[in-house]
Amino acid sequence: MTSDQLASWLASISIAAPALLATVFCVSSLVSTRLSERTTARLTELCVVTGLVTAFGVLVIMLWTGSRHVVVELGNWAAVHDAIEHDDYHFHFKFVFDRLSVPFVLLTYVLVGTVGAFGSRYLHRERGFHRFFAQYGLFLLGMVMAALAGTVETLFFGWELVGLSSALLVGYFHDRPAPVRNAQRVWSVYRFADAAFLVAAVAMHQCAGGGDFSAMMGEGAWPYGHASIEPGAALAIGLLLLTAAAGKSGLLPFSEWVPRAMEGPTPSSAIFYGALSVHLGAYLLLRVSPLLESSHLLQVAVVTLGLASAVYGAVVARAQTDIKTAIAFASVTQVGLITAEIGLGLRYLALVHLVGHACLRTLQLLRAPSLLDDRRTIEDALGGRLVNQVDATELSPFRRWLYRFSLNRGSLDAWIDRLVVNPFISLFATARDAEERWLDCLRRDTPPKPAAPVPTTPVAEAEVA
Amino acid sequence: MNELHLPLIEIAVFAPLLGALLARQAGPDTARRCALIASGAALGCSVAVWIDLALVHAFEAHDRWALLSWLPGGDPFVIDEVSAPLLPLAALQFLLTFVATLRASAARFSFALSLIGESLVLATLATKSPWLITALMAAAAVPVAIQLKRRGASTRVFTLHMTLFIALLTAGVALKEWGGAEGTAAVAGTVAIALAVLIRCAATPFHLWLVDLFDRVSFGAAILFVTPMTGAYVALRLLLPDAPEAVLRGVAVVSLVTAVYAAAMALVQRDARRVFAYLLLSHASLVLVGLEIATLLGLTGALCVWLSVGLAMTGFGLTLRCVETRVGRIDVDRFNGLHDASPTLAGLFLLTGLASIGFPGTVGFIAVELLVEGAVQSAPVIGVVVLIATALNGVAVLRAYFRIFTGCEHASTIDLGIRPSERIAVLVLSVLILGGGLWPQPGVASRRHAAAELLRQRAAVSAAPLANSPPSPSPLDPTLRSAFAANDHE
Repeated sequence: MTSDQLASWLASISIAAPALLATVFCVSSLVSTRLSERTTARLTELCVVTGLVTAFGVLVIMLWTGSRHVVVELGNWAAVHDAIEHDDYHFHFKFVFDRLSVPFVLLTYVLVGTVGAFGSRYLHRERGFHRFFAQYGLFLLGMVMAALAGTVETLFFGWELVGLSSALLVGYFHDRPAPVRNAQRVWSVYRFADAAFLVAAVAMHQCAGGGDFSAMMGEGAWPYGHASIEPGAALAIGLLLLTAAAGKSGLLPFSEWVPRAMEGPTPSSAIFYGALSVHLGAYLLLRVSPLLESSHLLQVAVVTLGLASAVYGAVVARAQTDIKTAIAFASVTQVGLITAEIGLGLRYLALVHLVGHACLRTLQLLRAPSLLDDRRTIEDALGGRLVNQVDATELSPFRRWLYRFSLNRGSLDAWIDRLVVNPFISLFATARDAEERWLDCLRRDTPPKPAAPVPTTPVAEAEVA
Repeated sequence: MNELHLPLIEIAVFAPLLGALLARQAGPDTARRCALIASGAALGCSVAVWIDLALVHAFEAHDRWALLSWLPGGDPFVIDEVSAPLLPLAALQFLLTFVATLRASAARFSFALSLIGESLVLATLATKSPWLITALMAAAAVPVAIQLKRRGASTRVFTLHMTLFIALLTAGVALKEWGGAEGTAAVAGTVAIALAVLIRCAATPFHLWLVDLFDRVSFGAAILFVTPMTGAYVALRLLLPDAPEAVLRGVAVVSLVTAVYAAAMALVQRDARRVFAYLLLSHASLVLVGLEIATLLGLTGALCVWLSVGLAMTGFGLTLRCVETRVGRIDVDRFNGLHDASPTLAGLFLLTGLASIGFPGTVGFIAVELLVEGAVQSAPVIGVVVLIATALNGVAVLRAYFRIFTGCEHASTIDLGIRPSERIAVLVLSVLILGGGLWPQPGVASRRHAAAELLRQRAAVSAAPLANSPPSPSPLDPTLRSAFAANDHE
């Protein structure tokens, strides 16, 4: 067996392992066959370790042979051929191991594996244990597919799986309305981002004649490709992808979904949003970074959005009153900086920043639940408060305004509600009421029979009351 | 004309009628058994017809022995590649609805009338004769009207719309038949048929009958009347072959508006049934958009979406019906928290709902992708609007899921878990949804072949008037030419 064949085999196993895990968990949920907690944990460990080891094996082979581009071709999943015009449609499954995808997939396996091991103990005897792991399996599969995608369709497939599992994990504690409302909000933002992504994907199909990244970004292995799309088309497609990335990574104006996502089980699901899911938008921009360089205007837009999000996150994080929200906005800051780095063409720096930030946030979020306890212990040992309270009346008007702005998180969601959601809902609620009246008018139902006469004696009135 | 090996179409059509006769006077249990047997036979025959058509290697075929050849116009039943999968789909929808009907709801659900409806739907899908389609579509409305009447509800809205539909359809067919192939009468006939199609497909502003139907008739009966999408079939047979481009564009635009409007309306409804009604309307409108785009990809996408929506929305509706059977009409303005009481139903609800919006890994994914790709090819703005509709549908599906199954804890002293018969019904659909999603190519290839053949027929009809004129270099659209060439090559 040659090294190429071995790499291809290992790469295939690395993709198949999470697919097997997601299939087993989802099918067992669907047919109401409950695996024991022990089996669930063991299976998770087995699949994650297998995926990690094989992905690492591919890396070793790549380093050994000097190859920087290992491809796993699964062929066309669906195709409509048009022999003469070549105006055909095909959904091409292709996975690529290169300088970008290998670090990201290794990061995914390490962090998701850590969370899996943590979660199997943290959620021990929880009612939602199996539900959590079913969503966990989908999330892992989605992340691995998105990380290794060699075509835009494959990336979209993984992107959607991550979106659904993330939204469902936000609403994990579904017997309370608040997490469910937050999950619904996150899902709505994701759907918006997905629509932008899909329009961009279709436009890329039209421009490049297919969804293969190597066709669109040039044949050179990442990061040396050069996009062969004209600047106007690159700007349009790039702006759509930037919108998709902003929705997925919590950049402005969608940043408020990130703290909402912290409603998930502490700290496992939070790690997904702090460390992995929140970076998927930045990863998308990294993957299409040759496209970004085709248009200076697009680069300016990426840098501006990144820096604006970073400033917003940095300011707002300082006034938050709970640790998870503060970490969420700190994540927004760092993702904003990573986006700006991508816009500036600093691809390796952005990749290193992304990996380092994800690891740091994982550590912080895992420590978050016990931080309060640590603080109390330290304060008890010191015999006093650690931080002096700041008197708000001593602040200058600008700082007071800034403090209020930060505390309200810039009222981003309120503005989105005021400008988009509420007008939309009230418009269609009016339509609903109008339809109702029109329907009543058309039905002309016979009026209901009059109710029985109300008793008038004091005793009867009291009984009625 | 090619012949099948057995008279299976007739058996598929008449088996439910026989079942209806037997179920008419029987009690609920016996009626249910009759319905299951008759509907099972219809499904078996429909599948056999599909296989038989593949074996005879023809685009279309008649039944063997032509048992109904004594009818005026000869044997009315014919199957082709377009309708071959639609027959088993419709039969499956009926069978699974009967399977999922528990004893508690059997008293409110008329098996006999539903079987008559099944027979009429199968007959409609197995014919191409305009007059017979008109008659069958008119007859199919009668069992539903009877069920509305039996429940003491006003039939005004339904009757008004259906009367208008039948009148327009009859006028359209008559004008086209007697007014010649060209001229004002033919155009007026086509416009009348287009209007009839829009009414039957409940396009905005003619959609209130659908809302009224779901409000007033039993949920099962409403699902069975709407999910076979016979309105789209009328468009396919009576509009697509010869309608002028402008009429097709008009229908596509109205359908596009309906798709977005219905998706948005699904977000503001208070009753779960109405959410379902609007979601179904939005999806059915997307099918119509694809049909009227009339390009190879668009039509292939529409035919794929037709199958995927048929499967997914039937499963979605049946799951919702199962929930309703337990807790009554569901208010989605508040949280109902039924997940822990019925986790399997929650999972199936999510799966079927996601399949309807074309979520990856389900049967609708490639279908929606094809439709969007075809729409973008036709006009980018159509593709964007289709995507907006699917995005809104996605939000509406998850909103319904969260409102019905989460947000609080449902306190119940009785077991609300799924029953075996319900589980079978919804699991069969789930297997088809996931199977079609994970292995989509056979379905896509079959729909592509059917779409190319439909476009060939349309091109032949539009080229016919030019036959007497001097030959032009190329009367056909380049996309169509390539489609035909690919079909011939295959």
